[in-house]
Amino acid sequence: MRTNDLILKTTTNIIVFIILAFSFKLFLAGHNMPGGGFIGGLMTAGAIILMYLTYGLGPIKKVIRVPFTFLIALGLAIAVATGLGSFIFEQPFLSQTDGYFYLPILGKTHLATAVLFDIGVYLTVIGVTMTIILSIAEDQ
Amino acid sequence: MSNFTNLAILPILLPTIAAILSVFLNKQTTITKWMTGIVVIGQMVLSFSLLIYVLLNGPIILEAGDWTAPYGIVIVADELAMLLVSTTSLIAVAAAFYGFKTISVDEQRFYYYMFFHFLIAGVSGAFLTGDLFNLFVFFEVLLMASYALIVLGGGKEQFRESVKYVLINVFSSVLFVTTIAFLYSVTGTVNMAQLAVRVGEVGQSGILMVIAIMLFVVFATKGAIFPLYFWLPKSYAVPHPVVSMLFGALLTKVGIYSILRTFTLIFGHQADFTHQLFIILGVLTIIFGVAGALSTHDIKLIIAYNIIPAVGFILIGIGVFHVTALAGAVYYLVHDMIIKAALFLLVGVIITITGTSDLRKMGGLINRYPVLGWTFFVSTLVLAGIPPFSGFIGKYLLVRGGFETGNYFALIVALLLSLLILLSVIRIFIAVFWGEETEEQKEKPTISTTGYLAPIMFLLAFSIVLGVGAEFIYPYIQYIGDTLADPSYYIENVLKE
Repeated sequence: MRTNDLILKTTTNIIVFIILAFSFKLFLAGHNMPGGGFIGGLMTAGAIILMYLTYGLGPIKKVIRVPFTFLIALGLAIAVATGLGSFIFEQPFLSQTDGYFYLPILGKTHLATAVLFDIGVYLTVIGVTMTIILSIAEDQ
Repeated sequence: MSNFTNLAILPILLPTIAAILSVFLNKQTTITKWMTGIVVIGQMVLSFSLLIYVLLNGPIILEAGDWTAPYGIVIVADELAMLLVSTTSLIAVAAAFYGFKTISVDEQRFYYYMFFHFLIAGVSGAFLTGDLFNLFVFFEVLLMASYALIVLGGGKEQFRESVKYVLINVFSSVLFVTTIAFLYSVTGTVNMAQLAVRVGEVGQSGILMVIAIMLFVVFATKGAIFPLYFWLPKSYAVPHPVVSMLFGALLTKVGIYSILRTFTLIFGHQADFTHQLFIILGVLTIIFGVAGALSTHDIKLIIAYNIIPAVGFILIGIGVFHVTALAGAVYYLVHDMIIKAALFLLVGVIITITGTSDLRKMGGLINRYPVLGWTFFVSTLVLAGIPPFSGFIGKYLLVRGGFETGNYFALIVALLLSLLILLSVIRIFIAVFWGEETEEQKEKPTISTTGYLAPIMFLLAFSIVLGVGAEFIYPYIQYIGDTLADPSYYIENVLKE
């Protein structure tokens, strides 16, 4: 018989969004403030783990259909691709560039290619953390 | 204007991309096989073309992210690094094609190809980097891959040995980081060229000597030098033959390469102490390695023990610190990577045929497997350094350099002990291929060994070219020895002063 964990489920529904938003903020803040791909990825993984803790393995597997090992490889591929860009633009490997752009809603925005590399780190960290925890959890 | 220096990163980048692709293609083993085959051959062609370019035109220095030398990360594709990367790519080709035939589909699905490619990327990176902390990172890349490969298959023995292997390597990695921290606090840099300049300015005294010895202890643990070799033989004997072959041919050699690099470039200033120590430890390493190889009846263990004396020879070559001996050490390093790989694969074939690794339970294989037998015989001669094969040239150069510097005793002992190396492997040949077939063996059907032998022949061909074609190859190796003996060559190329 399952215990009725209504309070846990209700609070999780709210808190997960706050954690996800905070992790995304940390991820984007990396260039100018403490934060970055690693800590952002860990916090996102933390939010996903909270969902797993509340709802169990089965239901969340139906919601998140991306296999996490795939995320590791995707993150690595993105990170390597930012390096490969230097072959196309004929710069030394892993050269970064940045600039100010005027975007429709955000206005004057500072965009750097280092963020692309960080997206790779972010995805890999989520993938690795979730793979470790889920493969221990699923082991009978 | 095209940015040509980017080519120096390709030997690291190509296996990394292949590793990532093989995660995506994990379920389609056939496609992954094809991709692996294409990538390893591409890597070989690329490495050899870069080697030829570097030998003709001087080193390629890649300053990653366009940050100039002491501030950014440099990838230094100099003559020695490219030679070793090319040798690594040869071994990768042989390992990949041998693996297609012998690694079971289940093991392949368990991300075997990913770890294989990451191992090659880590080894290539460790050879190419010009930065001490990056060397540490690449060490970790190759060690992480090796942790996964050593348990591939999940046998009971493998679990036990992997625990020891991981423990000893984690310990030595921690010591590595600590040493780099010390070195950084003393000199304020981790770039190898700038380290060489700064250590040279103060003349490697006091605390820098301690750091040098600590660094030697780290690399000695990775490279299995007496008295830090105890973890090696068993943990190299338990995994799959292909994995043993990758470990035996590449991992310890990265350790000995790091000693060669750091103690010729950075810490070459107090040769009286450090290099005398190397000679003593080198001789002891040979003695204990050979004693181990003679002490066992397990053919895989015999070959694993044989890694140790080879490392000892190279260490003596570094200790002698003479242009000829350094060239000899490089020659022996390349020779030993190739022949150890071939021997591990040969032992793998023998174990597949007989189903045992105990010498006493085999015999008479020469009747049914003549090609295998004579291939094994040739490789024992190559290993022991019988002229005209490649081991001879390396040892000859070592001995000549040693005699010119007056290290008679150490080198005579080393030479006498190499006779025992021959004994330890010829013992396998006699026990496995001569005599009567055992009852068990008679009942087994003859297996076709063509697929197994092709990669071995491929390696042996290079080994024989290295020996017979010495007249053509030797000037280049001697040139590498000269560049090693003169640190200013490396420093000027990297720092562009």
